[in-house]
Amino acid sequence: MARFRWLRPGHLFVSGYVVLLALFGVVPVAYSFVLALTDPAGGFAGVSNFTRTARDYRFLAACGHVALYLVIWLVSLTVLVVVLALLVHRVTFNATRTFVRFAYYVPGALAGASSVLLWLFMLDPTVSPVSLLLHWTGNEHFSDVISPDHLPVLFAVIAFWTGAGGWILVLYGALNSIPAELMEAARVDGAGPVRRAWSVQLPMIRKWVAYMAILSLAAGTQLFVEPELISQASFGVVPNDYSLNQLAYQYAFSQNDFNGSAAISIDLLIVTLLCAGLFVWRGRLFETE
Amino acid sequence: MTVVSALLAACSGGMSVGGGSPSLADANSKYGFRTAPQDAGGAITVWVDSSRLPAAKAFEKAHPDVKVKIVSYDGGANGSNTFKTKSHLYDRAGSGWPDVAFTTDNNAASWGSLSGTGALAPLNKGLVPSSTLDGFATGALAPCTVDGTAYCLRNDLAQNVLWYNKSLMDKWGYEVPTTWEQYEQLADRVAAEHPGYIVGTAGDAWTPEIYMWGSQCPANQVTAAKSVTVNTSDPTCLRAAKLIDRLIANRTMSTLPLFGPEFAKEQGGKVLMLPGPSWYGGSVFQGALRTPGGQITVGAPLHWRDQNPPVTGSVGGGAWWISSHSKNLTAAVRFATWVTTHASFDGKPAPTYPAHSAAATQWLSAQQAGGYYAQDIAPPLVAAAGQVWPGWGSAEFSQEALWAKSVQAGMVRGESVESLLPAWQKAIEQEAQVLGYRVRTP
Repeated sequence: MARFRWLRPGHLFVSGYVVLLALFGVVPVAYSFVLALTDPAGGFAGVSNFTRTARDYRFLAACGHVALYLVIWLVSLTVLVVVLALLVHRVTFNATRTFVRFAYYVPGALAGASSVLLWLFMLDPTVSPVSLLLHWTGNEHFSDVISPDHLPVLFAVIAFWTGAGGWILVLYGALNSIPAELMEAARVDGAGPVRRAWSVQLPMIRKWVAYMAILSLAAGTQLFVEPELISQASFGVVPNDYSLNQLAYQYAFSQNDFNGSAAISIDLLIVTLLCAGLFVWRGRLFETE
Repeated sequence: MTVVSALLAACSGGMSVGGGSPSLADANSKYGFRTAPQDAGGAITVWVDSSRLPAAKAFEKAHPDVKVKIVSYDGGANGSNTFKTKSHLYDRAGSGWPDVAFTTDNNAASWGSLSGTGALAPLNKGLVPSSTLDGFATGALAPCTVDGTAYCLRNDLAQNVLWYNKSLMDKWGYEVPTTWEQYEQLADRVAAEHPGYIVGTAGDAWTPEIYMWGSQCPANQVTAAKSVTVNTSDPTCLRAAKLIDRLIANRTMSTLPLFGPEFAKEQGGKVLMLPGPSWYGGSVFQGALRTPGGQITVGAPLHWRDQNPPVTGSVGGGAWWISSHSKNLTAAVRFATWVTTHASFDGKPAPTYPAHSAAATQWLSAQQAGGYYAQDIAPPLVAAAGQVWPGWGSAEFSQEALWAKSVQAGMVRGESVESLLPAWQKAIEQEAQVLGYRVRTP
């Protein structure tokens, strides 16, 4: 038994996660690395798959689409979620607060492809309940609404609508964890609501904001379902290689080039890891008090 | 067999691609390819789209001795490439292929016959009797013929004709045009005399297959297995582009997708003419637009004055493919032959114009007996079936997808088709090169 003295209950708790991570995280990533560095015959290919895919005429365009979408979405998500969480936290009437929290959370129940399908109806002036708004903004037909120039904003709106509610609740919980004495002390010292939010609450929920940014970044770089469904709904006007993930999909399943597909996936992984590292560092996510 | 091969090669004309090397070729096999160990009593798996489901079920009912597992899938709708996608996965896994699959993509031969994939069974090397193959319309098997080897049994033809509303044409005293020049002049009259009525559509990805293909625009000349000639600046492309632009400008050509809700709502009741494929009658007029019976009929396909003989384009037309991995090729061939040589299934007519000539004759009779059309639609459809220009190929990439993302996307921004021809050229060149094609340009 002495041999297992190092075993703690904590190990048991994380064991399931570790096994799943290994099976569905580490192993596929390792396999992707192998594919990305080899040719179809299995021989070592160096970085040729990376350079070949990077020279593809669709690659830079897809990078630009995803980058633009991420900037719009992450900035709007961070700002709006923090502001809305602070506002909910300031609502004093309990029933109102509960109702608002519930209302924020509801769209999150309709996630993934179903939310995009819902939005396809919302964005079609023929059937949309907000068709007047669409007409006022100069969009006569569905094809006008989903013009490629509008897509980064549309995808950001869809992603915000489905994902923000959950994050508002997370940040609301984080705001609740700030000691009441601390807020009271700031108030007694003469700090107004804005100053208290800026100088006390925001620094104390910084880790949670960083956490939200990392997960949202990871989800955002994998943009696929939204452009794929809109591509189908637009009868191809929105191309099926709009995002990097779609391009990787095209490589694998349209061109039968799994090595090129793996190279694009590894590109995405590296960029996401670098950005996540930056957020962890700037958000001091792993600092302990 | 040599005769059959020669016939198919002749039928295929310019659409057939050459130079491919079937990876499973085996001269010692009676079918011309390496077969899997056969199990005559084994079940076959067939993939069908929703429109072909009744045919598969009818076969199952008529052949209780054959075990059939029917799997519904999208059949390649909206360029989904599902058959190709899944086949590539099964190629890697080494199992899972369906025995028979229906697709609306006609490009499966271009990827399924090449070395490295080779999932498709050659049909004219002994697997399907020449008497069956000879029964298909001239050129019907061309889109799936590579270097003289046919890989599919064509389900339906999609030859373009001129659909028109006879009631309105008679009422307004208009003569049915036979050339694109007359069509353009009539469009100008309609714009002035009956504003709001349309004579065509350019809102779908198959627009080039109607106007560019019909004009003999050399945008998609597949000259070998991995070689394509692209020249969208040719005068034939230019005249078709100018025609579309002119009709969009005078508002007689719709830019809405035919099957979108907006078209049915805004323009569905105002269709005077519609150049398009044989399936428009059932799918568009009877189905999507619910145009009342007794109004719609078919005219000969439009052609340009200098085209001799006249030619037309084609929009789709599905095909049945048999897997070379099938363990019950006899049953697979029985199934594919049965569904392609019948004009009706369980009393219901096939949804589209059969590629098999005898079935097509029966199908046309049934259509006429249905009483929907204003006059006999058979003569122009039969004539058009043999007029499809063979210079438009079935490459591995989708022309429809390229037109949609390069030209249609520009049209949404208000640009003219003529100004977008260079963008179309570039899109085809780039896509072809990515897929390993040698591209010849002007």
